[in-house]
Amino acid sequence: MASSRNSLRSLARAPRRFYSGAPTPAAKLNLPIDYKTTPILHHTAASLSSTSEYPAGATSKRLNLYQAINSAMRTALSKSDRTIVFGEDVGFGGVFRCSMDLQTEFGSDRVFNTPLTEQGIAGFAIGAAAEGMKPIAEIQFADYVFPAFDQIVNEAAKFRYREGGTGINVGGLVIRMPCGAVGHGALYHSQSPESLFAHIPGLRVVMPRSPAQAKGLLLSSIFEHNDPVLFMEPKILYRAAVEYVPNEYYTIPLSKAEVIKPGKDLTIISYGQPLYLCSSAISAIEKTMPGVNVELIDLRTIYPWDRQTVINSVKKTGRAIVVHESMINYGVGAEVASTIQESAFLRLEAPVKRVAGWSTHTGLSYEQFILPDVARIYDAIKQTLEY
Amino acid sequence: MLLRNTKMSLKLLTRNGFRQSAARLPARRWSSSISQQPGSDSVRFPGAVNSKFTSEMAFLKASDLPAIPTYRVMDSDGHQVDKTRPAPDVTDAEVLTWYKNMLSVSVMDVVMFEAQRQGRLSFYMVSAGEEGITVGSAAALTPDDVVFAQYREAGVFQQRGFTLKNFMSQLFANSNDTGRGRNMPVHYGQNYPRMHTISSPLATQIPQAAGAAYALKLQDLQNPNRDPRIVACYFGEGAASEGDFHAALNIAATRSCPVVFICRNNGYAISTPTLEQYRGDGIASRGVGYGIDTIRVDGNDIFAVNEAMKEARRIALSEGGRPVLIEAMSYRVSHHSTSDDSFAYRARVEVEDWKRRDNPIIRLRKWLENQGLWSEEQEKETRDEMRKAVLKEFGEAEQESKPSLRDAFTDVYEEITEEQREQMTELKRILETYPDEYDLRPYKDGIKGLE
Repeated sequence: MASSRNSLRSLARAPRRFYSGAPTPAAKLNLPIDYKTTPILHHTAASLSSTSEYPAGATSKRLNLYQAINSAMRTALSKSDRTIVFGEDVGFGGVFRCSMDLQTEFGSDRVFNTPLTEQGIAGFAIGAAAEGMKPIAEIQFADYVFPAFDQIVNEAAKFRYREGGTGINVGGLVIRMPCGAVGHGALYHSQSPESLFAHIPGLRVVMPRSPAQAKGLLLSSIFEHNDPVLFMEPKILYRAAVEYVPNEYYTIPLSKAEVIKPGKDLTIISYGQPLYLCSSAISAIEKTMPGVNVELIDLRTIYPWDRQTVINSVKKTGRAIVVHESMINYGVGAEVASTIQESAFLRLEAPVKRVAGWSTHTGLSYEQFILPDVARIYDAIKQTLEY
Repeated sequence: MLLRNTKMSLKLLTRNGFRQSAARLPARRWSSSISQQPGSDSVRFPGAVNSKFTSEMAFLKASDLPAIPTYRVMDSDGHQVDKTRPAPDVTDAEVLTWYKNMLSVSVMDVVMFEAQRQGRLSFYMVSAGEEGITVGSAAALTPDDVVFAQYREAGVFQQRGFTLKNFMSQLFANSNDTGRGRNMPVHYGQNYPRMHTISSPLATQIPQAAGAAYALKLQDLQNPNRDPRIVACYFGEGAASEGDFHAALNIAATRSCPVVFICRNNGYAISTPTLEQYRGDGIASRGVGYGIDTIRVDGNDIFAVNEAMKEARRIALSEGGRPVLIEAMSYRVSHHSTSDDSFAYRARVEVEDWKRRDNPIIRLRKWLENQGLWSEEQEKETRDEMRKAVLKEFGEAEQESKPSLRDAFTDVYEEITEEQREQMTELKRILETYPDEYDLRPYKDGIKGLE
């Protein structure tokens, strides 16, 4: 749909109204992400098993992101009787279907609806974790986590530190929440508040980029760490991102970034959905500027983050761009850029650039112009290379 | 000292220590701290007054208490239940306006729900089954009263003069939308009669309503020439589980705020039925706990809703201001929103049963027909006219331009910041450098909007 002035017939066929513009016929960069071909996802079982992080020789099947989260929670519920899953509307499968069929399989003592109270859900989860359970609490949208801010910031994050010698902690606590923009979520169904949590020592903040990553990172959050984890799921990927996911239990280490595309001339550091935009921008620039080779790093855990992988990469390439969807002001990009500047200053050939959401709210009609897109990332790469 | 000589020091503390230290305090003495008189038969603790002592240990059991009754005026056949009382104190013209306002919301709901299914707008929420609560309560307000609503109160907007053009401009986020195209559909707002723009997070408006009511109270005290105003605050039974609900009722009670809290209890919070939302006698029982005058009404009975709201408004303005809680019972016959398929968690037959058995619009229609004020013909004609009017505004709103790109940045702060200005310049540069990547034609002033 080229514009809202087009004929009614084409509007009727459109999947939904594009509130903030749509791809123009001449567009070469800002095209819809083709999730069926993007190199970010494992489109074959063979490509999955060639990756060292996944269990060798495991059987796998194609899952989208919500199915992979579902598979991880099913695995966790089967593996340990201590695992419980709860949140608003979780009983019937959750508004994004992540907990589908789990109540039928594991019973309503372990998978259940809560009343509509995020502070209650978070506090309840903290208490359960303190008494040895592995609660997976769902906040329906990251935009609605703020009533739970006190419980998360003052309680979950400080629990072990406050308890000290008693040794009591809230290990196993995972608070899951869908985050990020989808194109029509406006002020309250679009936010990505990772930097607010990343500011708080004691919390682990994780954002997976794909179904297979999500399952391994979620199981790791539940079983491999005794720190509270905020697990943020880019909701635009729930149905869109499909790839081969191992059927069995496996974990992917937290606080470990991954170089998902090696390169020599410039490093892009990102996480979550914008990685797909970065990937498109990289293939465009590598076509228009032959010989250029861009490295792409997925932070995966936003805090505590894998500084060494990033620093080593920038020491190699000499150029860096940080890309994230959330607002640029006091965002993750600021932390990453200043760490690079402190640790690789003499190797830098250009200032570290940030491509992120502008310093405003996600107004419905303007989402496309507020959030980073392929053109802006492409432009940033070009500017940084030509600096 | 306590550790070294516990007995002695405790004695000192109780007999002398406390009184001495209390005496050293300035004149401020707690009014409720008059100590227990020997032989008294009731409690004089500061936290509970007039509670009788008892030797019988008995826990209060919620299930032993009778359920709070539900006030109704009209039965489901549109007849007055109590024939001995006077008829509802409204003119025929008023009732017809209410009916048409309910009908208009209902007609708009059908068109917009279908339009969403066709992909012509991203999202919509109908208020089917709750039109009686919203229209009936709003009809008891004055234009100067202030409303804080949740998201299923189109009837309140309709009754308070929000036009079809206003509805459609918001739904299509076009340049006539007072929300400047920023909010999701159904997040309406109006300056006067004041209805604050809907905010998606649940229950946040409830404590705000208490504060707003306090503001109105102080202002009206300072200006005795103006008619005193109240705040009407709407929310659902699911939202009443949020901490904000409890904070709101408590602070409204302690600060004696002229606010009427209207809980639309429609049985479901998305998929969660009331049984998993709360135990206890609905939301009404909580009002009593906070010391707030409370009533439960039949939300399908617009007369009951309206009478309760009129009385609630009177109470709210009495004795210097008092909060009131109305729990209006209904059934959410629709899906939660266009993003929801409620048959995944409730039986279709349950919904059909409710639709057929009781409905605020059908009930008032029966009443009107019983009074000879309405006919099948008028019904058909009015519905046709309304549908045409909705479609006309729909078409015009859909064709209207989007607001200026500038409005992506305005209103975050009173003035655009220096940083934002740089971002606007950068965005403009990007749009000019890559013109094929963006379609600016729908936006008012195109790229000039960023200048």
